[in-house]
This record gives sequence, structure tokens and C-alpha cells, in this order.
Amino acid sequence: MNYRWNWSILLQEPYTEWLWSGLQWTVAISLVSWALALSVGLVVGVVRSLPSGILRVIAGIYIDVFRNIPPLVQLFLWYFVLPEIVPETIGLWIKRDLPHPEFVTAVVAIGLFAGSRVAEQVRAGIEAVGNHLMPAALATGLRPMQAFRLVVVPLGLRAIVGPLTSEFLVTVKLSSLSLTIGVLELTAQSRHIENYTFQGLEAFTVATIGYLLIGLCVTGLMRLIDDRVGGAALRKAGS
Amino acid sequence: MSDFDWGVIARSWSFLAEGMALSALLVVVATIGGLVIGFGLALMRLSSNRLIAGPAAAYVTVMRSLPLVLVLFWFYFLVPLAIGRPIGSLASALIAFVMFEAAFYCEIIRAGINNVRQGQTEAGLATGLRRSQVMRHIVMPQALKAMTPLVLNQIIIVFQDTSLVYVVALHDFLTTASIVAARDGRPTEMYTLVAVVYLIICLSSTKALEFYRKGRAG
Repeated sequence: MNYRWNWSILLQEPYTEWLWSGLQWTVAISLVSWALALSVGLVVGVVRSLPSGILRVIAGIYIDVFRNIPPLVQLFLWYFVLPEIVPETIGLWIKRDLPHPEFVTAVVAIGLFAGSRVAEQVRAGIEAVGNHLMPAALATGLRPMQAFRLVVVPLGLRAIVGPLTSEFLVTVKLSSLSLTIGVLELTAQSRHIENYTFQGLEAFTVATIGYLLIGLCVTGLMRLIDDRVGGAALRKAGS
Repeated sequence: MSDFDWGVIARSWSFLAEGMALSALLVVVATIGGLVIGFGLALMRLSSNRLIAGPAAAYVTVMRSLPLVLVLFWFYFLVPLAIGRPIGSLASALIAFVMFEAAFYCEIIRAGINNVRQGQTEAGLATGLRRSQVMRHIVMPQALKAMTPLVLNQIIIVFQDTSLVYVVALHDFLTTASIVAARDGRPTEMYTLVAVVYLIICLSSTKALEFYRKGRAG
């Protein structure tokens, strides 16, 4: 292999700047779409755990549809198709006046895809806890809705802090898809540097380290949370 | 709202079918290659020798924390440099997919093998079987049973992942559709078609898998 590694290229202007801003976009997209995914996932997951009703069916349809279309295809639907099928004034607004349209589209697409995965975790958590605790909670005299709201949902959510960490890391990885609609996040910036300098491997290495660092920080932070309030704390309290 | 013109699908059908065939090829190669290399990695990770287990664990951790898009770029640029000649985007994408999915299959296989209780190995050894025989006749059959649904699930994920070769301009199903969308100015029809086709294939596979799981559990 006769590739001439040249790490100093990354210290030159503007490439350092590019990578740094790419990392910031990656973090921004990940965090905002994660906030969306958590909110949607919590609501849908809880609704999906209800015993019956039309809402439960709708939640199931959302989960099935959003989990089974590849995220990149969903991103294209939001970006290319949505402005065409909504009424013309709204379509024009999306294309012309929406601030940071690529960022917003990426967040919506990634957030709703990740939201369907979070919803499944939430449902699984509630189901796992509910089977044991529901009869006990009912025996103490709570009404079914109270038992569900006050006992099963909070404990179910605490039990899934661990799996939610992996879901967040999936979301960080998904943020890379937004390069296809022109968001210059970390992966896009390293590709960009390869275009300009032909020294792509250095840039890709830095991007790789960036994703690893984000992953390490998230896992560490979540382990802390898990120990305090999550599944680990629950197991400790139970033993 | 643009008027729908579904004729565009009929006119581009053979091109789209070529894209679908490429997606299918990626799934088959990534699954077979990923399982083979993943099995090797799993055996390495299960080794008690740290010099063997460590590198495999590091490889799996790195691959699993990277976006597939970045891994595609890595191999797209690295492989030609490593062997000194261009190999084209298809070959590099196939290699990237195999190496990426191997990390995920490794974890599935490792969990499957770990799932078989240690006592079974000890009992097998006590009856006088050799270690390789225990692995082949006692551990693997049970591990396979535990692994099958997870592997099938991973194949569905691989199928969804194939859409990402868009970034290295390979003509998979999504890319062919986007080419038609740009050429004919018909993004609505083309991307809806792609979404519906993926939805039908993935949803029916997922439901079939759930059905199969429930059947085995009950």
C-alpha cells in the first residue's frame, strides 16, 4: 500500500474547522432527533400497551410502518415528496421559508424512525414489569388506570434505561444519513476533505474517532443514570 | 400537489428491477460472508487467550459504533489503496457490507453459544467426547436454535441497510428510483413506490418471523 499518510493536512485551514463543525452538526442532529424520538416513543409505547382501543391500533400501525421502511427512504420521502403532496402554499413555505430546511427534515425523519424503535422498547419494558406488578398494584386497592399510570409505567421506563442507550447510539449513527440531503455533518465533512485533498483516510479516521468518543461518553453517562434510577438500581432495590 | 403519473413506474420497470436485483445480491453476499466471518470472530472472542479475544472484541466494538455510511466510505477509498488498483464501487460495497455485518453476526453467534449452559460442555467432556466433538454435537445444535430468529431478523435489517449504497452511487433499488425521479421529474411516485415495496417486503418478513417465534415458543 503506497498511501502517503499526511496527518498535518487536518491541521490546515479550513479542514480543522470543517471537521469541528461536522462534529457539532452530528451532535445537534443526534440530540434534537433523540428528543423527538423519546417524546414520540414514550407516547406511542404507552398507548400501544393499553389493553384495547382504536388508539392502540393506530400506535401499532405507526410502529409497523416506520420501522419497516429504511430510514434513508423515509428521509427522501420527507425531503422530496412531502413538499409536493401538501397544499401548494405549505409546500412553498417548506421549500422557501423554513429555516435550516435540511436540518429540520433530517431531525423529523430520523426522530420519527427512532421514535418507532423507542416505542417498541417502552412497550417491552411496560409489558415486562406489568405482568408481575399489575396484580399486586390492584390488590392494594388502586384502580386499573391508576395502577398502570402510577406503578407500571414508571417502573417499566426505569427498566429500559439500558436498551435506550443503544437506541440513542443508533440515532447518532442515523445522523450520518443527513449527508444525503446536504447537511455537512461529520461523515459528510470527512468525505468533503477527501474530495479536496485526496487525503481522505486521515479525515475518515478522525470521524471514526469522533463516533467512538460520542459512543463512549453516552455509554458512560447512561451507566451512571442506570445505576441511579434505571434497571441496575431496580435490581439492587429488589435484591 | 402534482398529478400522479404511475405510468412512470411501468416505463422504468426493467431499470428498477435491476436495482432490486442489486439490493438482493448485497443481502445474499452480506449475509453469507457476514455469517462466515462473524463465526470466526465469535470463536476468537470466546477464546480464553486475550491476544486472540481482544482484537476481535475491538473490531466488533468499532464496527458497531460506526455508521454504515462511514464504513462504506472507508472501504471505498481504502481497498483500492491497499491492493493498488481500483476495484469499483460494487466490489468495495460488498466488502464493506460483509465486514460491517460480520460484527453484528459475531455478537448473535457469540450470544447463541454463550446461551448453552456451561454444564452441558462439562457433561459432554465427562462422557469422553473431545472438545471439537462437544462443540459440533452438543453446543452448536442448541446454539443454532437460539440464533435462528436473530439471524433472520438481522437479514431484514441488512435488506434495509442496502439502501445506503446510495452514497457510493451504486445502482440499488433506491438509487435507480432516484435516478428515474430526477430524469422524469417524478419524485412523488418513485419514492412512494420504493417506500411501499420496502414496507411490504420488510413488514411481511417481520410478521412471518414473529409468527415463527411464537410457534416455537408455544
